[in-house]
Amino acid sequence: MSRDPIRLMEVCGTHTMAIARAGIKKLLPPEITLLSGPGCPVCVTAIQDIDRALAVSRQKGVILATFGDMMRVPGSRGSLQDLKSEGCDIRVVYSCLDALDIAERHPRNEVVFLGVGFETTSPTVAATVLAARGKGVRNFSVLSYFKRIFPALEALLVSEAVRIDGFICPGHVSVITGSRPYEKIVRRFKRPCVITGFEPADILKGIGTLIRAHRSRRPCVVIEYRRAVRPDGNAKARRLLDTVFEPATAAWRGLGVIKKSGLAFRSAFKDFDAARRWPVRAAAAGEPAGCLCAAVLRGIKTPAECRLFRKRCTPQHPVGPCMVSSEGTCAASYHYER
Amino acid sequence: MPRDERITLAHGNGGRLMHELIDRLASRFSNAVLEERADAAEVRVDAARLAFTTDSYVVSPLFFPGGDIGTLAVYGTVNDLAMKAAVPLFVSLALICEEGLPLRVLDRVARSIQKACRRAGVRVVTGDIKVVEKGAAQGLFVNTSGVGVIRYPGRVGVRAQAGDAVLVNGGIAEHGMAVFRARHRMGFLADIKSDCAPLDRVVGRCLAASKRVRFLRDATRGGLATTLNEIARVSGAGIEVSEEDVPVRPCVKKMCDILGFDPLYIPCEGRFVCCVDAGDAGKVKKAMGPWARVIGRVTGRHAGEVHLLTRVGAGRLLPMLEQDQLPRIC
Repeated sequence: MSRDPIRLMEVCGTHTMAIARAGIKKLLPPEITLLSGPGCPVCVTAIQDIDRALAVSRQKGVILATFGDMMRVPGSRGSLQDLKSEGCDIRVVYSCLDALDIAERHPRNEVVFLGVGFETTSPTVAATVLAARGKGVRNFSVLSYFKRIFPALEALLVSEAVRIDGFICPGHVSVITGSRPYEKIVRRFKRPCVITGFEPADILKGIGTLIRAHRSRRPCVVIEYRRAVRPDGNAKARRLLDTVFEPATAAWRGLGVIKKSGLAFRSAFKDFDAARRWPVRAAAAGEPAGCLCAAVLRGIKTPAECRLFRKRCTPQHPVGPCMVSSEGTCAASYHYER
Repeated sequence: MPRDERITLAHGNGGRLMHELIDRLASRFSNAVLEERADAAEVRVDAARLAFTTDSYVVSPLFFPGGDIGTLAVYGTVNDLAMKAAVPLFVSLALICEEGLPLRVLDRVARSIQKACRRAGVRVVTGDIKVVEKGAAQGLFVNTSGVGVIRYPGRVGVRAQAGDAVLVNGGIAEHGMAVFRARHRMGFLADIKSDCAPLDRVVGRCLAASKRVRFLRDATRGGLATTLNEIARVSGAGIEVSEEDVPVRPCVKKMCDILGFDPLYIPCEGRFVCCVDAGDAGKVKKAMGPWARVIGRVTGRHAGEVHLLTRVGAGRLLPMLEQDQLPRIC
């Protein structure tokens, strides 16, 4: 068997963390490199979108609700955590339904859910929006920074800077999407895609399958997470998503603007669109000086190659988003790969 | 820590930042007793050797499966004394109530305290009540201090030694996950209960089983991983732990997996780590109860660090808790 180097990319923050936690990279032969892609929902949120969320939370009467991981992500000036300590009403929730609950309990406030996440998270938000409409809750809206993973994978493969020989595909996202959308990637780019679970054994099995597919030069889609993923995915969840949202152009940290890679409210649900209710402006913002998160998210650089890593950028004082989120590549490397 | 930095929740999570904060404050009061940084202070009054400790309890919600703030306040303090091989005798009870707290809630907590004191063989001998304005506390905060007599003076060491076996007395992460479930009203995995329990008797059995118990520490905030780091640090030794040998009940593991939590960082309230000469590990394991496991050993290498052998056989550093764990988004 030839020993040519193989570069595999995982595109799910939970995989990034599971790989680091189990020490899988140390078990692999040196010719196999695991790269982390744009799979952490917090990390891929564009800095302008963070700035917009900060601006919305400053509006009078607004209660901003979001996932805990978003609190400490630095925008171009401060984070939600900073605004909270200045007196803005910002609350951590574990589900969008909690935000709707807050809206019902505070009818005089405007409750804005700052939504990030991939296909795993967005259907629950669609369900919440439908529930809000059913209940006639009018003081609830969503800042939709949700992402669709497939346009991002294609954008990565089109880019010449990144060399990827196969994808470790996200188990949870695939529960919703099924395996069919990967077939397009296999056809167009001739790269194998293997959907795996999150136990170390699942991941190792997935890597084995990818290596065999790569070496036999027969790219294919394989589900190695059959206890959860079906080829057709969860059609009901996708219908919910499709009822409320439609694909839209979105900005990604690291990858730039990608067509159809985000989710916008359909016109029938525009009342729930916080971006429409609060048309705040955010100036164009660059990456923090010296921060390599944008390159880390594309698998071009590793955290250790960043000069800020472990020095100015730590979990307590994160410079870039990949150090903030528990699913971020830099945080995983900081905690587990010393 | 920069001068303009503020206290964050991470300064109270039992992890690295809390230890840095303790170092910063303790340097002003430095004395030989405090420098031991034990769960309880060992103080001598004439011929008597006493263990003395204090702890505050701010758990939310006040009631959770397997216990409440009252049981925690008694057992937490009793356990700190037990880690000094002391027989707990007296506790103080200070309550900070938020305006509007229903009296029946206070009565319910008092009943739990009464029951817990009886079980642990301690008496509340002094107390205090303060009431603060609505919004200044979340219902009820409790502080207890405790005094006990050190049963085997000089027997439990102040540091673990290379070659010692490292044991834990049961499944980890149960308290933290029980409280998380209650806080977020999760309707699944209902059999998760807090492990909140007094440890003085089981410690007594360990000490009776072996004269070579070198170190005891209960695994509370920051979880087992943080406790092991504390032991490695004060002992100036390394610790190697096998992930496979760390007991985690299946329902707790399942819930951690769903939320994306690492059970090694989830708090316990009835678990302790015992470092004992490897020759006596079997006897002590038996004394620690049916769920006790040998999870690793103390080594002369990588002083001050904990290394984990993961389930798939890779070695990696097991650091202290940094930031509190948050449920994953996707």
